[in-house]
Amino acid sequence: MELLNIMLLVFILVCAVSVSLTKDLLTSLIIFMSQSLAMAVIWILLESPDLAITEAAVGAGVTSLLMFVTLKKIHAIKEDPKDGETKE
Amino acid sequence: MAKQRNDYENSWFPRLQRWIAQGGTKLNDQMTAELSEASDAHRVLSADDMARREVEQAVHQMEIQEHEAVLYEKAHEWGRTKGAKLIRAFYAVLAVALCVSVIAVLLTTVSNLPSFGGENNPINNEVSQRYIEKGLQETGAVNIVAGMILDYRAFDTLGESHVLFIAACAVMILLRLSDSGDPRQLSRERMEAEANDRLYEPKNDIILQRVAGMLVPIIMLFGIYVLFNGHLGPGGGFSGGAVIGAGLILYLNAYGFLATERFFTIRTFRAVSFIALAFYALAKSYSFFCGANHLNSGIGLGTPGDIFSSGLILYLNIAVGMVVACTMYAFYTLFRKGDM
Repeated sequence: MELLNIMLLVFILVCAVSVSLTKDLLTSLIIFMSQSLAMAVIWILLESPDLAITEAAVGAGVTSLLMFVTLKKIHAIKEDPKDGETKE
Repeated sequence: MAKQRNDYENSWFPRLQRWIAQGGTKLNDQMTAELSEASDAHRVLSADDMARREVEQAVHQMEIQEHEAVLYEKAHEWGRTKGAKLIRAFYAVLAVALCVSVIAVLLTTVSNLPSFGGENNPINNEVSQRYIEKGLQETGAVNIVAGMILDYRAFDTLGESHVLFIAACAVMILLRLSDSGDPRQLSRERMEAEANDRLYEPKNDIILQRVAGMLVPIIMLFGIYVLFNGHLGPGGGFSGGAVIGAGLILYLNAYGFLATERFFTIRTFRAVSFIALAFYALAKSYSFFCGANHLNSGIGLGTPGDIFSSGLILYLNIAVGMVVACTMYAFYTLFRKGDM
């Protein structure tokens, strides 16, 4: 259990640093989501499942969704040119 | 290119003054004389003169603009070359210094905190002792946290729900697009927003719809479970409301606005938020005014562990959950197309 805790904490640290270092906004947003998810698992390990539910719903869910919508509004999400090619 | 007349000289007040100074005579004569004089001066200018004047003025304007451009270059040359580098370096140093100082302050604060779980910590006082020992008797809630936030500290929770509501109102003020007045017709802004909303998304994504069809009922049930069991287990109004809101957003993403507008419009948002907040305030305000000290709600505490137990806590949890769910959904729709 101790090992899992430490692994998750290291994962959160790595995520938090890479969010600010990633150039692509979409990628950094997905890293941010995964950081929130790891945080939810840590809340469960710290025996506060109510916080875990809230973190998973708000931190990983709604906040990231709002940011996705904002990215779309400011046209930061680029359409992949390969998308059209693979379609048959 | 008419000759500009001095408007002040010809306005009624100086004329009146002149008229008084001249003993009140010949005002009309003077007026007609002035007018004819002006028009004479105007008529003297021939078409050639006018053209020449226009060209002169254009040349003059261009000269002024060139001069201004040169001045602009001079004024901003430093800022574009050396200054930009300097300012960027300054910002970098400042940002690093700010970060380091904030980290230092936080770390020193943490190192000076009392040790975790220590016996003599300031949090181990009579308040928490009372909550732990008598919480179940007094509030009837098995979950001590729910008993605390919705009974002993219900005032704080009311403020928190209002914060959410105010946040939703602020987002609405900032992002809601104007109505066209006619309810059957969308205004141009809204049509553009909806077209923009569909820019990157395929309509009727079959994978998303199938997954949402399976997941949304489960998410909703889980949210309702968390909401109704707030006083029995972990969870409560905020968590349950957030889960329900997330489920609503998933449903909206899968099936589109036409599907959600059948049961959730801005009028639903208004009504549900208002009723939930008003119920909360009415149910608890009496005890707030009386020093937040024990109010008999008329609802029995019941057997601890039952769903219908612990008095008002269940209903307050539901009210908070409704506000939170509506706010989450409202945020999302307002961000997406500026309307609900």
